[in-house]
Parts: sequence; C-alpha cells; structure tokens
Amino acid sequence: MHQLRTRGRATAPYGLGLAVVLVIPALLKVIPGVAPGYVLYLVSLALIYAVVAIGLGILIGHTGQISLGHAGFFAIGAYASALLTLRLGLPFVVAVLVAGSVSAAIGFLLGLPALRLSGPYLAVATLGFGLAIPQLVVWQGSWTGGSSGLHGLPLASLPLGAFTIVFRTDQDYYYLAAAVLIVLTIFARNVVTSHTGRAFVAIRDSEIAARAMGVDLVRYKTTAFALSALYAGIAGALYAHLLHGISPEDFTVLLSVDFLTMIVLGGLGSIGGALSGALLLTFLQNALTRLPVVHDFKNLYIVVLGVILILTIVFFPQGLAGIARSWRLRRATRTLDRPAGAGQIVELGERSGVR
Amino acid sequence: MTGPVLEITDLTIRFGGLVAVDGLDLRVNAGEIVGLIGPNGAGKTTVFNCISRFYQPDRGTVHFKGRDITRSGSHEIIRFGIARTFQNVELCRSMTALGNLLVGQHVAMRSGVIRDGLRLPGVGADEARATQRADEMLELLGLTGDRDHVVSTLPFGLQKLVELGRALVSDPALLLLDEPTAGADKQEIQGLADLIRRMRDRFDLSVLVVEHDMSFVMGLCDRLYVLDFGRRIAEGAPADVRNDSAVIEAYLGEPELEVTEV
Repeated sequence: MHQLRTRGRATAPYGLGLAVVLVIPALLKVIPGVAPGYVLYLVSLALIYAVVAIGLGILIGHTGQISLGHAGFFAIGAYASALLTLRLGLPFVVAVLVAGSVSAAIGFLLGLPALRLSGPYLAVATLGFGLAIPQLVVWQGSWTGGSSGLHGLPLASLPLGAFTIVFRTDQDYYYLAAAVLIVLTIFARNVVTSHTGRAFVAIRDSEIAARAMGVDLVRYKTTAFALSALYAGIAGALYAHLLHGISPEDFTVLLSVDFLTMIVLGGLGSIGGALSGALLLTFLQNALTRLPVVHDFKNLYIVVLGVILILTIVFFPQGLAGIARSWRLRRATRTLDRPAGAGQIVELGERSGVR
Repeated sequence: MTGPVLEITDLTIRFGGLVAVDGLDLRVNAGEIVGLIGPNGAGKTTVFNCISRFYQPDRGTVHFKGRDITRSGSHEIIRFGIARTFQNVELCRSMTALGNLLVGQHVAMRSGVIRDGLRLPGVGADEARATQRADEMLELLGLTGDRDHVVSTLPFGLQKLVELGRALVSDPALLLLDEPTAGADKQEIQGLADLIRRMRDRFDLSVLVVEHDMSFVMGLCDRLYVLDFGRRIAEGAPADVRNDSAVIEAYLGEPELEVTEV
C-alpha cells in the first residue's frame, strides 16, 4: 500500500505533463496576441533540449561523471542526420536512429578516458571534445558545408504501413518532439529505477563500494557515456530537422554549458528535474531577451539570467526537483502517523535479533 | 570441500621503499573465523585490499577455493564468493538501506541497459526476488524499520550493520570484515561477536576479520594471525597467541595490551 502510494505520487507529474502537451496547441490558438507557430517552435526546441538534459542527467546526476562537451554529441547527431537525409536521401526515421547510434558509439569511446579521469580532469577532457567537434565540421567543409552549414533539410516523416505521416507544420513537429521526449523519458526512468541505474548511483556514491559489490566500472561508465550520447545524438537530429538547417555556430561550448545549467537548475539525479530544468532555462532565456535595452546595454538579459541562476543555486541547491521533493515531504509528514526516524536509537544487541 | 577456502602464499607488497606486507602465509579453512591482528600500520588492511583485489601484490599468490585470484579484477571476486566490509564504512550513502542490499545482489541479477530501459519480461520478477531477499536480510539484522531510510542519515552503528547485510546478501562463502567494532561501544561489541558467529552458522561462512580490539578477537576467533611491520610474528589459537612473547613485545606500549587482560 505504502509502495503503491509513493509510486502513484512519483508518476503523477508525468500524467500531468502529458495532459499539458496535448492542451498547449489548442490553448495557444485561443490566447490573443501570441503567434502559435513561433511558440510551438520554441516549445519544440525546449523539448529537444530536455532530451539532451535527461541523458546528461543520467551521466552527471546519477553516475557522477561530468561532461562539458555534450554540445559535441548534439552536433554529431545533427550532422549525421542532416548528411544522411540530404546526401544519401535516407528516410528521416532511419537517419535519426543512425545519428543516435553514431553519437552513442562515440560516447562509448569518450567514456574510456573517463575510466582514468574524474572531476575537473574529466571536465577538461570532455570540454576538449566539445571544442573539437565544430572545428572538425568546419575543416571537413567539402561534405559538411563548412562554416556556412547545411540547409534545406527535408521534412520529417514517419512511414506507418501504407501511410506516411509528414510533419509539415510547427504543430506537427511539436507533437513529434513531445512523443520522442515521452518515450525517452520513460526509458530513462526505467533505467535509473532498475539494476543498471543502481549500478550508476553506486559508482557515484562510492567507486570502491561499487567495485567490491561487483559493479564493472569499465562497463557501466562507458554505458552511461554511450546512453547520454545517444540521447544527445537523437536530440541533435531532431534539432536539425526542426530548423531545416544547421551550422557549426549552433554547437558552441556555450550550449554545453547551457545543458549543464539545465540539469543543475532542475536538480541533479532527477529525471523530472532535468526535464523541467531544460524547459525553464529555454523559456527564461527567450523571455529575458525581450527585456528592454537600458543605457545601450544589449546583453543586460544575460546578466539578469546570471543573477537568477546564482539565486536559484544558493537558495535551492537541489533545484526544481528539490523544491518539489520538500513540498511532497511536508505534505507526507503531515499525514504520517509516525515521524520518520523514530525508533532508530535502539541498541545494536537488541536490534540484531538473529534466531 | 577439501583444502582451505582461502590460501595466501608469500604475499608481499611494497609502497615506495616501505614493505607493507612481507612474505605472509595465511589460510582460512571452511567454517573458520580467523582473526588478523596487529598494531597500527602492521599491514592488516593492506592484506584485505590484496585479497579483494584493490592492491596488486608484488609477490605471492592468493587462492580462493583452489582458484588463483591473484590477477582477478576487484569487481570479479564477489562473483567467486568473497564479500567484504570496510573500516570506515563504504556504503552507497544516497541510497536507502534496501537500495544498498539490492546493490549487494548486483552480480546475482541479470543486467543490460536496454533490457532495463524497455522493462523486458523478467526485469520486474528479478527486482521482486532481489527485494524479497533484501527484506529477509534486513529482518534478520533487525533493520526492517530502517529499510527506507537513506543510509547517510543512520547512526554509524546501523550503517555498519547495513554494510554487513550488503555483504551477506551476496551469498558469500568468505566474509572479510575490516574492523567491525570500530565506533561501537562495549555492549555493542559483545552483540557483534554473537551476530558474526550466528551468521557464520546460518550461512555456512568462513570469516576473516581484521581487528584492533583484542578482547573481541580473543572471544570470537578460532585462530589468529598476528602481524607486525608486515610480517607474521605469531599464529595459533587465541590462548596461545595471548601468551606469545613476540606478540606481547609487539603490543608493548600499545593501549591494546590492557584489553588483553580482560
């Protein structure tokens, strides 16, 4: 009974999220003064970033391995998918899956140095990866389009038996992005709440304990890297087809920092946190660009964003997930018959009642 | 089973110029509780770390049930049947007591990220089986009330108990206990000796215990090895070791000497 209740409480936000996803397009049509197309484009972008954030959250939040180079995987996914559809004429679905797989394979390889590096050292190594990818794209300009990028990507489409769904409008693409996010959210939740997820957290908590309990660090660290790169790669592919065009400028280190900001803002070690952090940061960034320019200071909004981030981390170090958790806890303790922690101070001899 | 469960031959390991363990021979027979004692810095924990493969010895071999594990990976040995605890407790501190006991069953469960992510058939059943096993162990150790508490919020004594449960739940043949009495008071220490003996009987364990507290090992162990500066200076039944002149000399000036008179 107790377990049922906690599970119900944990999945409730997801049901709510799904309802919101379905309601948003209709809602936008009745709100006067908004351009539904643009807002849906922006929401799609946020959903795509949320896919990256969830993958990165598994790597950093659950497994405790830092990455400052996830824009690199995002770029790999975007370019792989763009090239496959443009140059080889592969179907969109195939291109997205291949893009995710290529990114995952490279993530696996980047996971290998992570076996020897940790903390700031790993941060610098992954940063190097993130810096290198756009440069490689520019260098290989003959087939990647160089610094001017790739443009005119075909519309996303999904073959279903005899029919083919073509995602023409912003609303169509919004539903596609939402569907991918939902599937990948469920997958991520399943992973972190199971055997594999426990091994990840065991590594984060104590590598020594994890090893002694039989967790193969090589296997699980590379798995975490590959999994988070898969998410970033799929998201990159969706991003390319959302914009119908990409260039190396889309994938700077600043984007990697944004991804990190999303999961910290949302709360490390929480799937729902990563998701909501991505949505919040994307909307916040967009909203703040609308601030009036004061005294010719055009980038004032970035300073405002910085202040908001500092305040959030100082007052809510566990992010949005932490706020939600303490709120739930307060509600739960009000209804709990027995305060948590009672009955702990019993003597060891009495407690270990082995028969 | 014939032959010793654990057999260490000529184990030697150096750190820089310091010889931490020097030509140690040690064996643990089936069902035995063996103590490894000695003054601070004698190399006791280093021996443990060689057995559990955190350190690579410079010389010598470690055999477990006849299998040479001197070159095995640290994550492999629990599969062979060796589980350990740590001097200062190495728990997965953000997890609950239950979570830690599920980690203890890591190698007993089927794994695969795709299998887990898609919740393929069998995942739920595996989880349920492991959870039931963990719950049984928690009950055995009197930890049922702490099942869903994050272990970092538990008092140190209970954390040690959770760590013991995590080792036991892996169904080991050999249990390595590194200073189980650390941080425990006198009454708890007595309970702990009873507990270890009962666990040995219940799970058909062999136990190797590193200890500081002399009265504890004297009462608990079938046989003792005494280490000083990485060398074995005595071996035998507790009563013999207690009266060994080399042992008394090694412990001279150490506060533990007083405890031996208890």
